[in-house]
Amino acid sequence: MEDKKVEIEVKNLNFYYGKDLALKNISMKVYHNKVTALIGPSGCGKTTFLRCLNRMHDLYVGNRYEGEIIFEGKNILDKNIDLIELRSKIGMVFQKPTPFPMSIFDNVAYGLKLKEIKGSELKDRVEAALKDAALWDEVKDRLKESAFSLSGGQQQRLCIARAIAVEPKVLLFDEPTSALDPISTAKIEDLIVELKKKITIVIVTHNMQQAARTSDYTAFMYLGELIEVGPTEKIFTNPDKKLTEDYITGRFG
Amino acid sequence: MGKSFSYLIEILTKYFLGFWAVFTGLLFPFVVFLILLYESKLAIQNFGLINFLMSTKWDPVRESFGALPMIVGTLISTFIAILLAAPISIGIAIFITELAPSWLKGIFTTAIELLAAIPSIIYGMWGFLVFAKYMREDIEPALQKIFSPFPILSQLFSGNPTGIDVLTTSVVLSIMIIPFMSSVVKDAFNLVPSVMKESAYGLGATKWEVVKDVVIPYTASGIAGGLILSTGRALGETMAVTFLAGNVPQIPKSLLEPFTTITVALANQFTEADTPLYLSSLFYLSLFLFVISFGVLILAKLMILRIEKRWKK
Repeated sequence: MEDKKVEIEVKNLNFYYGKDLALKNISMKVYHNKVTALIGPSGCGKTTFLRCLNRMHDLYVGNRYEGEIIFEGKNILDKNIDLIELRSKIGMVFQKPTPFPMSIFDNVAYGLKLKEIKGSELKDRVEAALKDAALWDEVKDRLKESAFSLSGGQQQRLCIARAIAVEPKVLLFDEPTSALDPISTAKIEDLIVELKKKITIVIVTHNMQQAARTSDYTAFMYLGELIEVGPTEKIFTNPDKKLTEDYITGRFG
Repeated sequence: MGKSFSYLIEILTKYFLGFWAVFTGLLFPFVVFLILLYESKLAIQNFGLINFLMSTKWDPVRESFGALPMIVGTLISTFIAILLAAPISIGIAIFITELAPSWLKGIFTTAIELLAAIPSIIYGMWGFLVFAKYMREDIEPALQKIFSPFPILSQLFSGNPTGIDVLTTSVVLSIMIIPFMSSVVKDAFNLVPSVMKESAYGLGATKWEVVKDVVIPYTASGIAGGLILSTGRALGETMAVTFLAGNVPQIPKSLLEPFTTITVALANQFTEADTPLYLSSLFYLSLFLFVISFGVLILAKLMILRIEKRWKK
């Protein structure tokens, strides 16, 4: 691998839901402008891990982190980290499309308006984000319509446009295609491969082929532990651990 | 045999439940309407619709009856009560669902439900014996002082503060409906999926921005529904209003004048109605309350449908 700039470095991360230890001593690196896939059976902690990366867990009471997550030279688990700034740098796309109850344009403009971007710059950046999300041609004549008028796949691309409009460094995808049909899924996968030119991506997926198709690195998790992480090709063809091989080949999970 | 038996049960259940639904939902209100109509026949023959509706004179001695003061009183006191209660209720709902620490949430929710369970006559007694005094001696003179420089507002607060008037009635009414309204709005807020809120937080929104841009628009129809149901309650409220309105059949020229509502007139005068026409006029009056309540509910339903159509195609 030519350039291996590290975007996020996780060191000895433990995470607790109340008293339950959900993530055990996880250490790994997420590389700059690459796609890192998190795979593993249900309940293995991959979504929990993803939500640590922008501290989404802080919205709920009783959650606790230990260890370090280094991003831009700082430990983002520090108490005095500005969560609003952090989340605008590390965006998120969810399992189901979550359009806001407003127009298509306003959905994409939402994060930009929070940063007080106005006028022609706002328009240009909304257009650019919709183009980057491969949605512009489908919605350019109906930007004022409700976001709920779009199909499920379009809504999910709208959510991606909304997330990339604020130009995050990292984008976290939590099973972004689990609610979509195969054609919409293919479009989103193409989009992810396209987006990594500008953005570092971490994606949680249940779909092994999706991980193989879209990612550069794959991490396999099991029961809250990180079993193995490495280049996707290696994990899928010649994993070091027996457990990884069993999961990849469908012997359990 | 087992199969046909379960089929029979299903059919029976369907018709049994169907019967009660039709009975309570359609037949019962319709029968009530017919009875009211029948009982007010004499008044309708005597005064007609327009005369009864537009006349401001309610004079049992001369048997001349007009409903306008009661209808106006009902609508004004309800309107002001909703106007006061809505922002406070929405604020309480926001606090409970989004801001309060989790241990406080349970306490507040229970406290509000307890408040909703207080019988209205107790609110009326408290209003009459305690609150009216403060209104008369402190609050109303203060309001007069504050609004005296403004032309229209000073008119609203003109007159002699008595504490038994439109303003006191509306305030006590609003205190009565706040628990109910805030608990309906709170339930609507709790229906917002957490990923919706997380999406906004994920873009770098603050708590206030999430509430303003996601939670409130997402639940607009729920909030509207809560306001409407509360309006229905305020329209029909009798006991508390009877204590505080003053029971003067006049159209109030300021918020500090005594007035009356349909419910107050009914509660006070049914036992005194000694002639058939007097009694029939009271029934005619109650027919109007029935129609107004029904109209408000239908209006509300239409409003909710329109909001839902706008966002959820």
